[in-house]
Amino acid sequence: MKQLAYLLNKAPLLLLGGGIVSVVVVAALLAPLIAPFDPVRIDVHQILMPPSLTHWCGTDTLGRDLFSRMLYGARVSLAVGFVAVGISLIIGVALGAVAGHLGGRWDTAVMRATDMVLCFPTFFLILAVIAFLEPSIWNIMIVIGLTSWMGVTRLVRAEFLSLREREFVHAAKALGVSDLRLIWSYLLPNAMGPILVSTVLGIAGAVLTESGLSFLGLGVQPPDPSWGNILIEGKDNIQIAWWLSFYPGLAILITVLGYNLLGEGLRDWFDPRLQQRK
Amino acid sequence: MKTYLLRRLVGLIPLLLGITLISFGMMHLAPGEPTVVGQELNPKISAEDIERLRSYYGLDKPLYEQYWNWLSRMAQLDFGDSFASDHRPVLDKIVERIPVTLWINVLAMGLILAIAIPLGVAAAVRHDSRFDRLTTIAVFIGFAVPSFWLGLLLMIGLGVNLNWLPVSGMHNYDWQTMGYWQQQWDLLQHLLLPVFISAIGGIAGISRFMRSGMLEVIRADYVTTARAMGIPEGQIRYRYALRNALLPIITLLGLSIPGLIGGSVIVEQLFSIPGMGLLFYESVMSRDYPLVMAITVIGAVLTLLGNLAADLSYALADPRIRHSHK
Repeated sequence: MKQLAYLLNKAPLLLLGGGIVSVVVVAALLAPLIAPFDPVRIDVHQILMPPSLTHWCGTDTLGRDLFSRMLYGARVSLAVGFVAVGISLIIGVALGAVAGHLGGRWDTAVMRATDMVLCFPTFFLILAVIAFLEPSIWNIMIVIGLTSWMGVTRLVRAEFLSLREREFVHAAKALGVSDLRLIWSYLLPNAMGPILVSTVLGIAGAVLTESGLSFLGLGVQPPDPSWGNILIEGKDNIQIAWWLSFYPGLAILITVLGYNLLGEGLRDWFDPRLQQRK
Repeated sequence: MKTYLLRRLVGLIPLLLGITLISFGMMHLAPGEPTVVGQELNPKISAEDIERLRSYYGLDKPLYEQYWNWLSRMAQLDFGDSFASDHRPVLDKIVERIPVTLWINVLAMGLILAIAIPLGVAAAVRHDSRFDRLTTIAVFIGFAVPSFWLGLLLMIGLGVNLNWLPVSGMHNYDWQTMGYWQQQWDLLQHLLLPVFISAIGGIAGISRFMRSGMLEVIRADYVTTARAMGIPEGQIRYRYALRNALLPIITLLGLSIPGLIGGSVIVEQLFSIPGMGLLFYESVMSRDYPLVMAITVIGAVLTLLGNLAADLSYALADPRIRHSHK
């Protein structure tokens, strides 16, 4: 309890963001246990019911319980976020490590490629590729991952460049540590803070991107429920059943907010300048 | 300054080539061909017909040759003809759609600057006050809100239920009969929501950036010196601190261009605005390869030019860079 109060005082963003994120993640994981109704069960007697005590978020045009569907949708939306960011992390760390550690020509080549991809309106790229490849959940994860590694690359490179001249790195080199080991056990652990921050912020971005794709009909396809496609399905009936679009959007908003707060909180936490001030 | 400009312009060439290569590769490595789409619609199409179609569009040639042909025609501003049934030149189709998108984005950029900069400065000056906390919360929400969802809610709330604003398109049905000023007023009403929705993410991002930039500058030694010399606080803030805090914003604006252009797909689809974003969406859905490739390249070139403009204005605005390149 004391620790909690200490954290609340010292890192309110971290705590709030972490709280929101854990609630959403736990809800997604335990969806089958928590969901009050079967998310795919059609009930013709309960069509388009407004939010009530039995149906917390109302029901849709087929009488399915919106709250239960959103719990299952959380699994899909979060899975897209995690896997997409995982992919971008692998590419970004690998390229950034090559550029920052090997330097020279490697560095120039990687940074040029990064600049090039940064010029594209990424949403155009994602849209075109998804439309041509069929919008399956795996394609969406992969394409979002493949178009969002640039930030991580720049970050890892910058971290490595600043670590390169540190004494412990010189010492490791003098001891004849191999390149791979140097990167893996000396450089990467010391760059973990900023990487973690950008990972957390990246998940928020990927969840938003998937919902944007859903809006255009190119996101995760029904019957797999994602927050994006539940929202869009509700769009047509928004005038008679506002809740169908309102709650999924709110869920996206709160989740993305949680991840952003967590990211900012972690950034403050890792920033030594801010720690001294407090 | 001149050599700097020249060096930057030369540096664009490999970037441009890379951009065309990525766009081309993306289209041609993706499975499925436009001729296949025709086949689905028409079961009676024979293998010979498909072959003829392929050679008509140059799809039977090796990839490097297709790329070279496309590139050299593009250098003469010939983007080919659309695959759509009207077969019009791609360039014509884009040129008639581009002004709307540019206008919305320029207005959005203006709105971002007009709101974000004063907001960020005010929050920084009143650091840790209630106002600062409230704007911080608002900024985080602005970051997290799915723009099409907010657009949808505003459309229903302001447009349908309250009937204050038109909900879609660019003109009212009686646009033709209106006087000049009436037309401008009508256009403004139609663009209000799309511009706001385009701007919301930028407002959040730039005001946050402005706030932290201003906070950093206010702690700088020269500000302390200015204070010690008894210069009035207002003058310190707006004459010395603000100018220094504004510099990084220029670069940030350049970096936000791809996001704005990409976001125009969603905004234009939501509000049925016939701009480049909607054209891109339509061309993607109908696999109109020449159009998709041309818009991707044009979008990237616009970004490149925007970044260049940002870097140049940065160099012009910052005396440290201005003098070092002379």
